[in-house]
Amino acid sequence: MLEFWVGALALSLLLYVLLDGFDLGVGMLFPFAPDERSRRHLLASISPVWDGNETWLVVAATILFGAFPLIYSIAVSAFYLPVILMLLSLILRGVAFEFRYKAKPFMRRVWDMGFVGGSFVAPFVQGTLVGSFVVGLPIDGVHFVGGPFFWLHPLALACGVGMCIGNAMIAACWIIGKTTGDARAFGYRVLPGLAVALIIFLILALTISMSYKLQVLERWSQRPALMLLPVAALLAAVGMAWGWKTQRDHWMFPCGAVIFAAAFGTLAGSFLPYMVPFTITIEQAASPSSSLEFMFWGAGLIVMPLTLLYTAAVYFIFRGRVTDADGYGGEDAEDVQLTANSSTGASAVADEAQRG
Amino acid sequence: MTPDLTAVLLSRIQFAFTVSFHIIFPAFTIGLAAWLCVLEGLSQKTGLPVYRRLFEFWLKIFGVAFGLGVVSGIVMAFQFGSNWSELSRRSGPIQGPLLAYESFTAFAMEASFFGVLMFGRHRVPPLMYLGSAIMVALGTNLSSFWILVNNSWMQVPTGFTITADGIFVPTDWRSIILNNVVFVRVSHMILAAYVTTSFCVAATGAWHLLRGMHKAEARVMLRMGLGLAAVLVPIQLIFGHLVGDYVVKHQPSKIAAIEGRWHDEQPAGEVLFAWPDETTETNRFEIRLPAPIGSLIDSSSLTSKEIGIKSIPLEDRPPIAITFFAFRIMVGIGMLMLVLAWAGAFFAWTSGLEDRRRMLWPIFLSFPLGFLATLTGWITAEVGRQPWTIFGHLRTTEAATPTLQSAEVVISLLVFCSVYALIFVFGTIYIYRLLRAGPGAVALSPIGSPNPKRPMSVRGDTA
Repeated sequence: MLEFWVGALALSLLLYVLLDGFDLGVGMLFPFAPDERSRRHLLASISPVWDGNETWLVVAATILFGAFPLIYSIAVSAFYLPVILMLLSLILRGVAFEFRYKAKPFMRRVWDMGFVGGSFVAPFVQGTLVGSFVVGLPIDGVHFVGGPFFWLHPLALACGVGMCIGNAMIAACWIIGKTTGDARAFGYRVLPGLAVALIIFLILALTISMSYKLQVLERWSQRPALMLLPVAALLAAVGMAWGWKTQRDHWMFPCGAVIFAAAFGTLAGSFLPYMVPFTITIEQAASPSSSLEFMFWGAGLIVMPLTLLYTAAVYFIFRGRVTDADGYGGEDAEDVQLTANSSTGASAVADEAQRG
Repeated sequence: MTPDLTAVLLSRIQFAFTVSFHIIFPAFTIGLAAWLCVLEGLSQKTGLPVYRRLFEFWLKIFGVAFGLGVVSGIVMAFQFGSNWSELSRRSGPIQGPLLAYESFTAFAMEASFFGVLMFGRHRVPPLMYLGSAIMVALGTNLSSFWILVNNSWMQVPTGFTITADGIFVPTDWRSIILNNVVFVRVSHMILAAYVTTSFCVAATGAWHLLRGMHKAEARVMLRMGLGLAAVLVPIQLIFGHLVGDYVVKHQPSKIAAIEGRWHDEQPAGEVLFAWPDETTETNRFEIRLPAPIGSLIDSSSLTSKEIGIKSIPLEDRPPIAITFFAFRIMVGIGMLMLVLAWAGAFFAWTSGLEDRRRMLWPIFLSFPLGFLATLTGWITAEVGRQPWTIFGHLRTTEAATPTLQSAEVVISLLVFCSVYALIFVFGTIYIYRLLRAGPGAVALSPIGSPNPKRPMSVRGDTA
């Protein structure tokens, strides 16, 4: 039972960092896109799914609350200010989807700033939180005892930067597979730098945490199978480089996802069975079995697979590349075609004709 | 470790502010989602373009309101841990699984199918599109169910034991989830949402008629909104009374505050209006009905003894004036809604409402009534529960995060207030603009259409 909820928590966290990761990353790349039309395409590529993606954060948080209330109460209160900052970022970027196309030019710029700013700050905070866990939480039995700014640790902040790079990279992979024309070309342009930066970050993070925490090194010597994870990540990176070279648009996102999953697995494998390294284990944090079982028979056994199923269904429904007609901007598509240069405008019309 | 009392007070203000902000949107979208299902169903069945135009019109409003509901709802899921870490540590084994069920069965479902509803009309067959609308509506209702189960457990905790180190361990989930308190409170909330939306729809219809625009759609909105309200408001008043019954039975301190009754009375009178003064423990400007009306209302009895505030120890009393006034505002609005719904429905079905501007104006102005009643109802329930977070078992001061400093909460409260004010003001402006533009101006999604700005009405029947 306990194993199931550890697995479910890990799965929803991984889905969160991967799925919301790419839509947050799209928000980071948004201001650097070549023109308004590409920006609209970027937004349209995530509009139908960002809301569902973000849900996995709430799912993970409530699994933590229900199955591991001790961790939930310690972690969320320890990171009081950063958590609030992350929530505000998610609010500002969330409303931008709805507000952007209903606003007059001045406010549109304000919502765009909120969208981009929120997309940078939320993953930065998330990375910082993960980093702080690795650095160590000051805990006295069942309470957090540190100050409000204990997370301002260089290693933790570096993890924040790493998270941002990772999200931007997976977003570039997403854009390549989901858009056409200038937006797709933009994705190809930014991907190599981001991918190289991410790989360097991950290698540094692993070596530094091994030398910083001897327990991590111990785990790696006890569990040699963990070595498979960095190997998988490197293979995926090579695959991505090959895909980039041969312009295989739909090859990028899966490669990026493997890198994400491998990094996530490496992190989990370095610390389990500790949930707060190296003070609170899974067993100590778990809810009584009456709670775990109640969650398992309904939410775990039936609803979670269903949720995964309709998440997949939504991605299937919105498969294919976005066109000028997709997303919130759809109604104003005319203005865009008028301002876009003639060749891309024509290709968009061709896309549409194919679809219709 | 005892928490900083200023931080606790600020945390209460912050929770009250964020949850009040949040409830406005579900109160609107629970009903709107169902309304969209009805419109899409009618549109597919009859092929009449008026339903399709109304659907597209309300879908845009739903989009804005739903977005605000989602982002403000995520905040709630974290505040249990951030400001009330002792509550979440100790009652997590019960409240956590309930919230997990909410996020699994409702939050995830709504969010996924919301995408299909907003962007998927041309990507799925019509029946599947209708199915997505139904899934969203189902999700909003399930969400209310789990939230109300959770809140009801905090009001009337049951089915648990407390371990030596203060952890609430569930022993009987059936009694936690399926009990009479849950049943009446879930019904009361869902009815509140449907009534709120009925009035919003009717008010929008009245507004357009007053301006002489979109008459065909306005007539449908007015009739359907008022018709539903005329049926639901009386049912809601009955459920409101049933909710009162659980308070009488389980929460003497809350009912005494609601009634503004300072002394035990047998049989009891009923205070209609007063200014409760907590320093002198008396009512000023009191207007009261004689005994046994109070006993009749609270206990359906001519002779029962009803408890007064002075019988509750000082440290167990809720804030009296807030509870007392919030309750009266809610009931007053309920009565007003009954009059409006019945009178409006009567004219709408008999002599025609369209030309009675004196009747259309109050209906138009009733737009915010449901929101106000829902808010004041929740204020009555939550402020009246104080000083307890888990009634009778965990005080609010014990539930707070022990390490939280007031400076931290000042910062978070200030940023919440400013960001929420910003998004509320603009959300309201955008919804207002959409409402004012009216259904006629809805453009069809342009896929496959040579002119994206072509008005809906042209091809509404082909969809």
